[in-house]
Amino acid sequence: MQELSVRHLLGIKDITPQDIQLIFETADNFKDVLNRPIKKVPSLRDITIANVFFENSTRTRLSFELAEKRLSADVINFSSSSSSVKKGETLLDTVNNILAMKVDMIVMRHSSPGAPHFLSKHIKANIVNAGDGTHEHPTQALLDSFSIRERLGEVAGKKVVIIGDILHSRVALSNIFALQKQGAEVMVCGPSTLLPKHITQLGVKVETNVRRALEWCDVANVLRIQLERQQMKFFPSLREYTLYYGIDKKLLDSLNKEIVLMHPGPINRGVELSSDAADSNHSIILNQVENGVAIRMAVLYLLAQNG
Amino acid sequence: MQKRLIVNQQLLEIMVMRLCHQLIESHGDFSDSVILGLQPRGKYVAQRIQSTLAAILGKQVPTGLLDTTFHRDDFRRRDTPIAANATKIDFLVEGKKVILVDDVLYTGRSVRAALDAMIAYGRPANVELLVLIDRLYTRHLPIQPTYVGRQVNSLLSQRVLVEWQGEQAAEDAIWLITKSDE
Repeated sequence: MQELSVRHLLGIKDITPQDIQLIFETADNFKDVLNRPIKKVPSLRDITIANVFFENSTRTRLSFELAEKRLSADVINFSSSSSSVKKGETLLDTVNNILAMKVDMIVMRHSSPGAPHFLSKHIKANIVNAGDGTHEHPTQALLDSFSIRERLGEVAGKKVVIIGDILHSRVALSNIFALQKQGAEVMVCGPSTLLPKHITQLGVKVETNVRRALEWCDVANVLRIQLERQQMKFFPSLREYTLYYGIDKKLLDSLNKEIVLMHPGPINRGVELSSDAADSNHSIILNQVENGVAIRMAVLYLLAQNG
Repeated sequence: MQKRLIVNQQLLEIMVMRLCHQLIESHGDFSDSVILGLQPRGKYVAQRIQSTLAAILGKQVPTGLLDTTFHRDDFRRRDTPIAANATKIDFLVEGKKVILVDDVLYTGRSVRAALDAMIAYGRPANVELLVLIDRLYTRHLPIQPTYVGRQVNSLLSQRVLVEWQGEQAAEDAIWLITKSDE
């Protein structure tokens, strides 16, 4: 199979393990392109892509924009903070106006879960979900799995723990789907106030003790504490969170085992990860960033084929 | 479907040997020259050329594999998507004499894409093209080979198939295939 089974990448839940495999194989080739003296191919030369970000993002938007430019697509950027959305225009009207300018693909971030799914029912262009509220962030999950595969050879059979604010994280949900579809065992770990009530129904293990979680796993994917999403207090203080759930080099060394440390960024240094852990040999955080461009190139390239 | 043998194992061996000697006439000891086999099928020709040159010269000529998928001009215009193959070039192309190698030259579009893809690895001193089979009168672009194994007159409905021993074939052979419904 050399074609994705979907026209849009709305979430990992909608795609097959074969799709994930195809994306990874294509990303392998794009990673090779990114290491050449001329890091650009003309594949999407006649395609226009709009990055429509209704919610703030720096690294995801940059990563998508770079992927699009490496594929020679024409790129336009839209951010809601300086747009007609502020004047009361609906999502559909905003996007239809963008599409009237002959845009072929939409990369969208929105604070409402399901916003790209809604849009996909009303427009013809291919849509890539770049994060919808606390729901899914499929390209992040793909690049996380791709980075695990790169470091450990394969994802199947590996034990992965996702640590931190699971409740507010779209990365966690997409990661759970992606890892399980590739045959990995998944655990979530965090204070019980930051663990969704029915999370075990997804077939994941639950742990509230970070040391026990680290002793169990091959890979620890540490999430950022999303301070901006916590109007309610889910834990007494950042200091207490760091004390119980923060990971430092001393803790990693005391485990006396090989462990791969990941983080989707941006890191709250000294909160969920200490600097000596984030910069240690265990960490593949910068590899994740590099792989993000290759994965996004692969997704855009394969979806363009299905246009 | 009709399948006509146009080059048998013995002739193919002679053909490869002759091409290698032509290359030696132009490239001497190959100190400034490299070979790039075009993925997917030019890989086998490049490997055969490399091993034959090694037997004659007693040295390995640097040989890489170049994939042109991302540089093709028919993206989204084909019925079936094409999967990319690996590019493996562990030497610098900058300033080198490059010999592009493929099995069959047909429309010339793959070679155009290859020239584009190769430039991403540096600016070569010059570029030559070696093919086993040159299908005459079928070119879409002004591209001609420097070294040719054999020229073949063929219809658009026909296809040239190069088979290699050990790669799903009992022995080396080049076939001209005609679809029976045309």
